[in-house]
Amino acid sequence: MIPEIGQFALILALCVAAVQGTVPIYGAVSGNASLMAVAKPAARGQFFLVLIAFCCLGYAFAQKDFSVLYVAANANSKLPLHYRLAAIWGAHEGSLLLWTFILTLWMMAVTLFSKHLPEAMRARILGVMGLVSLGFLLFMLTVSNPFERLIPAAPDGRDLNPLLQDPGMVMHPPMLYMGYVGFSVAFAFAIAALLGGNLDAAWARWSRPWTTVAWCFLTVGIALGSGWAYYELGWGGWWFWDPVENASFMPWLAGTALIHSLAVTDKRGGFKVWTVLLAILAFSLSLLGTFLVRSGVLTSVHAFATDPKRGLFILIFLAIVIGGSLLLYAWRAPRVGLGGGFDMVSREAMLLANNVLLVVAMASVLLGTLYPLFLDALGLGKISVGPPYFDTVFVPLMTPAIFLMGIGPLAQWKKASVPNLAVRLRWAFGTSVATALLLPLVLGKWTPLLSLGFLLALWIATTAAVAVRERIAHLEGAGLMARLASVPRSYWGMILAHCGIAVFIVGVTMVKGFETEQDLRMNVGESATIGGYAFQFEGAQDFVGPNYIAARGVFRVTKDGREVTTMYPEKRRYLAQRQTMTEAAIDSGMFRDLYVSLGEPLEAGAWSVRLYHKPFIDWIWGGCLIMAMGGVLAITDRRYRLAWRRASESEAAAAQPVEAPIL
Amino acid sequence: MSRIWIWIFAMTIPALAAAQEARPLAENPQAEARLKALAVELRCLVCQNQTLADSNAPLAEDLRREVREMIAKNMSDREIIDFLVERYGDFVLYRPPLRAATTLLWIGPFLLLIVGGTALILALRRRQKTLPDAIVSEADHERVEQLLSDGAKRP
Amino acid sequence: MKRFLLPLAIFVVMVGFLAVGLTLNPREVPSPLVGKAAPDFSLPQLHESDKVFSPKEMAGQVWLLNFWASWCNGCKEEHPVLMQLAKSGAAPIYGVDYKDTREEALAWLQQWGNPYRLVAVDGAGRIGINYGVYGVPETYVIDKAGKIRYKQIGPVDQDVLDQKILPLVRELQSQ
Repeated sequence: MIPEIGQFALILALCVAAVQGTVPIYGAVSGNASLMAVAKPAARGQFFLVLIAFCCLGYAFAQKDFSVLYVAANANSKLPLHYRLAAIWGAHEGSLLLWTFILTLWMMAVTLFSKHLPEAMRARILGVMGLVSLGFLLFMLTVSNPFERLIPAAPDGRDLNPLLQDPGMVMHPPMLYMGYVGFSVAFAFAIAALLGGNLDAAWARWSRPWTTVAWCFLTVGIALGSGWAYYELGWGGWWFWDPVENASFMPWLAGTALIHSLAVTDKRGGFKVWTVLLAILAFSLSLLGTFLVRSGVLTSVHAFATDPKRGLFILIFLAIVIGGSLLLYAWRAPRVGLGGGFDMVSREAMLLANNVLLVVAMASVLLGTLYPLFLDALGLGKISVGPPYFDTVFVPLMTPAIFLMGIGPLAQWKKASVPNLAVRLRWAFGTSVATALLLPLVLGKWTPLLSLGFLLALWIATTAAVAVRERIAHLEGAGLMARLASVPRSYWGMILAHCGIAVFIVGVTMVKGFETEQDLRMNVGESATIGGYAFQFEGAQDFVGPNYIAARGVFRVTKDGREVTTMYPEKRRYLAQRQTMTEAAIDSGMFRDLYVSLGEPLEAGAWSVRLYHKPFIDWIWGGCLIMAMGGVLAITDRRYRLAWRRASESEAAAAQPVEAPIL
Repeated sequence: MSRIWIWIFAMTIPALAAAQEARPLAENPQAEARLKALAVELRCLVCQNQTLADSNAPLAEDLRREVREMIAKNMSDREIIDFLVERYGDFVLYRPPLRAATTLLWIGPFLLLIVGGTALILALRRRQKTLPDAIVSEADHERVEQLLSDGAKRP
Repeated sequence: MKRFLLPLAIFVVMVGFLAVGLTLNPREVPSPLVGKAAPDFSLPQLHESDKVFSPKEMAGQVWLLNFWASWCNGCKEEHPVLMQLAKSGAAPIYGVDYKDTREEALAWLQQWGNPYRLVAVDGAGRIGINYGVYGVPETYVIDKAGKIRYKQIGPVDQDVLDQKILPLVRELQSQ
């Protein structure tokens, strides 16, 4: 019964989405206020309907209702409750429901935080989002129904893929989808502006916080996924340039470019056409990622079980949504003005150059990801494009981008002077170069890539310091603290996000340059030393988990004779799927991770063991979190808070008068 | 002074030596390091998308054994890679070789950079000529502020 | 106007490729050995382990070389097709028992029937590597001169047999 309620809620949501996607947009075109007013209740209604469906599926998992095909395929009576709930998004159908749910959640947010928007604009935005949601609901109800019954019911479920039975699974997909789907808001803003013909600074100002929030979620989502791969796959890697990872990285690159481009459109009125294109691009790449992951056109470690019918559906959907938007763009964009003029050397020009670099980097990732498919489609043979290619191509593209990242915040709007910038940055440059050359020598190993990595990180850090110092110097105020406090939060957000990149680069450089590993045959009582830490193997014991059995190794770790920690790596065998999993043990620290994974049992209690010492690896994810925190800081800026407060006051003051569709 | 350090160092040795040092899994760690360096650029054919170094699939193990033997025979990296390509095609290589069909793959990103850079410079030049002054004026900024704060109140 | 159409044009081309991509199987890797001489080997036979088999013995004949194993599910799937082909006598099938144990392989043939003229044993999978085998079953069509003319990856089904293998075998035999 409950699953049928869920299904029925989805059907109702489909109907609501159909209304939401047409009536308000028509209302905006014809200037009919009562039609436009449909958007808000429709969006809210859709949110509650999809929420009901989502809860119904959650209930089916919680109650172990194995008469639902999706539950039977992705849970097991012995699977703990929290993983049963996370299993909602453990496979194709349910993750699509999560996607749709998050889309309606964003719609709900738009209805809540758009009081200051003109009615026509809001009607168009919600209408566009309704159309996107219509596609996904239709997709679910036709070829990916999570509520499909299994009659007769299975006596027990097949269990969740053991790789997914991990705390990472609880957090990573919702975060990632919040990011992916969050770009639909910026997309809807852009399409609404194109439809209404009002691409102005106000549009950019409204889009900015939405884009930044989505970008923060995406950043955290990608970082969580990378961290999860690091400890769950048991090889100690953290990024594999797998098609599915690339599918999340491309919208991130486009979104990063969009944030910067929006800043110019907001402040200077420039780049409008380019900004609109980026907003379309960021969401299009999110949709493309969905297609790549679910259609089976590319082989990936993370791909969902595939079905050509689904692939075809998403491709048609993709063609309509993206093709339609790009057509609208080609039609409307030529009429959009150019915005403020600026010099070849100016903050605008540098932001635009950085945008070009980010988009070229994104296009390169796209090229590398799809190239095997191109060749295969043309009958030119099968190739693989993997990490060696991406590493080779990506570093030279990112290096100039990061160089500009240091200069940009110091350059004046409109017109900057090169000699002036050179003078202001000479200390930052000198210090970075000298330190980057010497630091690897101090650390005991010099390679060009090590120096480059340090150079980029130091350049960001030192230029950020110069930027803050100059900023404060220009302010009046009593004490240093008062002056620091008077710098707007959006500025601190930018500085923090840039420093996050520096932290990230330090992590990557250190771990690539100095990580060590050993493959050992360890008898009970034997020890091995790596990175100054001595690991003593105390043997492995049998261990019984809720839905698996395991051998659990015990390693006592000491440094210079002092006890550091005890580590318990496991080799698990999941009973339902008869799959063996390596659960590495990791001791994380500010400056190093110790990583132990069990290989195979050998004779007489001995095991093959892999030990890693990974310096600074947590800085990789720490850097991503700092970037996201920078984003959060930026959207708590006074401007947005004021706008929000004033909007809610005006809401309380009077019933809303009807907005004429002048915009 | 340095003598003290030597003493301290010598004292810690017995503590370390009490537990026996574990042996490396491979008989020949140098060869294993070479295998590893090769294997991270080779694709495991039966897996979804994993390198030969990361995969535990039986075929991956066989191929590692094969590569180990070739290393023991002192074959060069080139010869080992050729051996695999002869049998499985370019698909095994994660670094696609530069051929007619992969030219665009390798030069594509740099071509894009040149095209993007040129377009950027042209656009900036044109802008400089056509737009001498800022279009967003103070009045515009005020209008935006007004819109943002009073949007809902406007008749 | 034209430059504003550029993104749409790029997208249309990409969708075209993605649509073609949907019809392809990314996991099927074409063999570079097609058109080249079948690698030589000399392996012990399954039924009479003191005798060996070498593809050289097959010069002048068009024949099929099928890699299989008792542990492989796809092999059971294609087995009836191979049995029927063996009965028709259109072309001799030679098997290579890939990474298997002798007892299990013999028991498997006992249970399901033996379509092979002769089975050679590749216990360590080395010959498999020389033939570029990456998943059993795989079937090679080898011509009179000892060249590989076709490779079937995965089970041979009735369609593949009727539309690809048999016409090719007939053509090669008439040469």
